[in-house]
Amino acid sequence: MYFPISGVHLNPIYLIVIGFLIGTLGGFFGVGGSFLAGPALFAAGLPMNFVVGTDLAHIVGKSIVAARTHRVLGNIDLKLAAIMVLGTIAGSETGVQAIEVLKKKADVDLVVGFVSIIVFSGIALFCAWEGMTAIRLWQRNEGGRNPGPSRKQDVLAVQSLSKTIQKIKLPPAISLPHSGIGSISFWAIMFVSFVGGIFSGFLGGGAGYIRMPSMVYLLGIPTHIAVGTDLFEIIISASYGTIRHAMNGNVDIVIALVMQTGAALGARIGANLTRYFTGPRIRLAFAPLPLLGAVVIAMKLLSSHHP
Amino acid sequence: MQRTLLYLIIELAIYAALVSLYLAFVLSFLVDWLKDLHAKEPALYAMVAILLMIGQAIVLERLVASLVHLTRRRRE
Repeated sequence: MYFPISGVHLNPIYLIVIGFLIGTLGGFFGVGGSFLAGPALFAAGLPMNFVVGTDLAHIVGKSIVAARTHRVLGNIDLKLAAIMVLGTIAGSETGVQAIEVLKKKADVDLVVGFVSIIVFSGIALFCAWEGMTAIRLWQRNEGGRNPGPSRKQDVLAVQSLSKTIQKIKLPPAISLPHSGIGSISFWAIMFVSFVGGIFSGFLGGGAGYIRMPSMVYLLGIPTHIAVGTDLFEIIISASYGTIRHAMNGNVDIVIALVMQTGAALGARIGANLTRYFTGPRIRLAFAPLPLLGAVVIAMKLLSSHHP
Repeated sequence: MQRTLLYLIIELAIYAALVSLYLAFVLSFLVDWLKDLHAKEPALYAMVAILLMIGQAIVLERLVASLVHLTRRRRE
């Protein structure tokens, strides 16, 4: 099929299958999936300037489908999402502007790339260790005594970090009853979303693989609500990114629409799958994703520094 | 189990048929207009692009939900 906006021939079945796979992952883990969609589109022959924008457009559609399913399941904290959108957009703008300034002064791709690889590998290892420890805790505490615990009940192996952050009394303090948080500083939420936004601006995509674990471990949001809320927040931030990229001519919306036909199905399946997994199991299954992100960045670095 | 699998295959087949019709008629009809808009009116193109994506997502989500609802009713 010929796509005249970007001037490429792509197989629509390939696009639909990629959309389906990324939709399933996104619906289950609350991530945009750009670390897989980007390389997949590039490998298919889409010019690099179209890859990021087109991928963002497809993320918008996929996240709408997944977020609607998560909303039915009660997994979205709208108040938290509204605050996070502000931080993400501010962080994303800062990231984009900072990278432009830094590009003139140093080999910023190399520096950011190495830092990202370390951060992503750290997150992956931490999620794997924490997920396994939490599953053991869950089995020890609940397994024998309570045969039918709610899957949304969350167990964290490391709670001290979120408890410390919740104790910071920097006004204004807000309550998030849907997430079971009595009081937390507005600035703690802004900080987490701002850092996620900076990564999104640096690396493109939604940076859900930073934000979702940050919401769980730093803010103390239950895993299911972190997944649903992150997806809802991605709708707004990815829409903003899509409009910005489209105005620069870097979005082939027809490719994104074709991908989304597969992603709609996958996102619904992925979101519904969260009903059958406890928080620790979702986090454990999530662990390879940041590692994949690190591999993608390493490959980008190797290809750009090779003659 | 076999019945569930059968209904899943039926759902997927109906979805695939509807999506193929959509790709063949709606998108191929829109593509030239979108290309023109992309070249001449980038701001309008950006707005149309995001609205198309949101609209399609809502329609597809409804479509999948209706298919699941329909086949589940038949199963019961």
